[in-house]
Amino acid sequence: MDFLGSPDLWMLIAASVAKTIFLIFLVVLPMVSYTVYAERRVSAMIQDRLGPNRVGFPTTLLGFKKDLELPLGGLGQPIADALKFLLKEDFVPAHVNKPYFWLAPCLAMVPSIVVLAAIPFGSTFLGEKMVVADINVGLLFIFAIASVGVYGIVLAGWASNSKYPFLGGIRSSSQMISYELGLGLSAVPVLLIAGATSLTKITDYQVANGWLLFPFTDGKLSGSEVLLWIPALIAFITFTVCMFAETNRLPFDLPESETELVAGYHTEYSSMKFALFFLGEYTAMIAGSALVVVLFFGGWHLPFIPDGSAGWFWGLVNITVFFGKVAALLFVFIWVRWTLPRFRFDQLMKIGWLYIFEIALVNIFLTAGILAFTK
Amino acid sequence: MAYVVPRPNLTWKEKIYLPSIIAGLMTTLKHFRKMLTGETKVVMQYPEEKWDSHMPEHYRGAPTLVKDTHGRERCVACQLCEFICPPRAITIKPEEIPAESKWAKVEKRPQEFEIDMIRCIYCGMCEEVCPEQAIFLRKDYAITGTTREEMVHDKQKLYELGGVFDGLVHKWNPLK
Repeated sequence: MDFLGSPDLWMLIAASVAKTIFLIFLVVLPMVSYTVYAERRVSAMIQDRLGPNRVGFPTTLLGFKKDLELPLGGLGQPIADALKFLLKEDFVPAHVNKPYFWLAPCLAMVPSIVVLAAIPFGSTFLGEKMVVADINVGLLFIFAIASVGVYGIVLAGWASNSKYPFLGGIRSSSQMISYELGLGLSAVPVLLIAGATSLTKITDYQVANGWLLFPFTDGKLSGSEVLLWIPALIAFITFTVCMFAETNRLPFDLPESETELVAGYHTEYSSMKFALFFLGEYTAMIAGSALVVVLFFGGWHLPFIPDGSAGWFWGLVNITVFFGKVAALLFVFIWVRWTLPRFRFDQLMKIGWLYIFEIALVNIFLTAGILAFTK
Repeated sequence: MAYVVPRPNLTWKEKIYLPSIIAGLMTTLKHFRKMLTGETKVVMQYPEEKWDSHMPEHYRGAPTLVKDTHGRERCVACQLCEFICPPRAITIKPEEIPAESKWAKVEKRPQEFEIDMIRCIYCGMCEEVCPEQAIFLRKDYAITGTTREEMVHDKQKLYELGGVFDGLVHKWNPLK
């Protein structure tokens, strides 16, 4: 019990709080709002448009001759969006189940933020490990918390007491449960190769032996690494597909397919409650991309760049590299969304249960076999 | 009538679906890249850039009144445009030209000439029916206002927009 009174505990708490504030408020939430902006700009450019490229204050409303335009291009757009969400009327329909209706947006937002706690987003900075909670079952923790995210959507669909949200909620629950299996199974080969469930250890393994998807990043390529490349590639593809389904992104956005269900589970939500669903979706995207980066792209590692023990500058570089990789994956998320049409629901279920699940299962045995014969 | 929906036999390449996904991704990436490098130029930044110089000669914008080269208002207040106007946007109040005026022999002129631009449908019938070539559809298309009253163009505003028309009147022009 003397641990409780020791200065170590206070140091631990202070460091965790500092890291949480840095990660959530300085990195992830701004990243979320600018992902929304990037989504609008990239989609526009893919469709040969420009997207939001000017933001200003409508001073003409106050009687001035001209609007005041900010010289930022469209970069002020997320701030304007946030202001709009905060100032809009928060309308709660009379027929909803109020406690659950209020609970659902929180449940959609919170799990995707909690997930970030176990993700190592940098090597070390001033001797401090850049992960909020370095738990040895990191991956299991992430899957456990991420599966809570489905409750937000199901509760939203059910509490809205309206047919389209209800259908969206039902679709979402079946979709997320189906793809969680594939997600978990396609991560198993990574655990087999790295020999650990701690995300820090998985990153360390990739720093020492080359990234899973690019095993040559450590400068050498052995025979077993070439063989393990195949299951790593399969695991990456199945994992990414499942990640798309888990975050309800196109081509798997059945829960909110607007051509069929108005807006799906958040049809009845307005103002900041709707924004919370929106933020939850994008935070889940960032958490998912971060997980893919940690599992397959070597986390914060980049060849020829030393880790944080070489100085605080390199610690910062490592963090930047990590979020750079995440941003690149986010671009892929957006790019895929504006390319592929939506699946039909039976196709979605068929892909999940008949292909992804089987491929991931076989891939585990393939990896185990290769490991057994080469090591 | 019932009919059999043709089910094409897919090759294995089509069945695994990934090649077509990649082909699609490449297509969208091409569009993204061309937009980024400025190769595609389809969007115009509206208030700064306008299409005005590309507008065809026959473009039908806001109707306006014109004066001739001597500064006489061409309109003789015959009210044909008022009668033909499909949405009844034109209101004319005619008056007699006083005898001491230089143009007394024209006899009539509009005392008030109002076009309600909220009602106007830019059909150009007033221009077509006018025997004196006094009303023309110009190329102004951004007619805006903050009140209904502001959107009613009176005589002064119409002459301001129209200006002077010189040249032969169509009905005396053998080429027209």
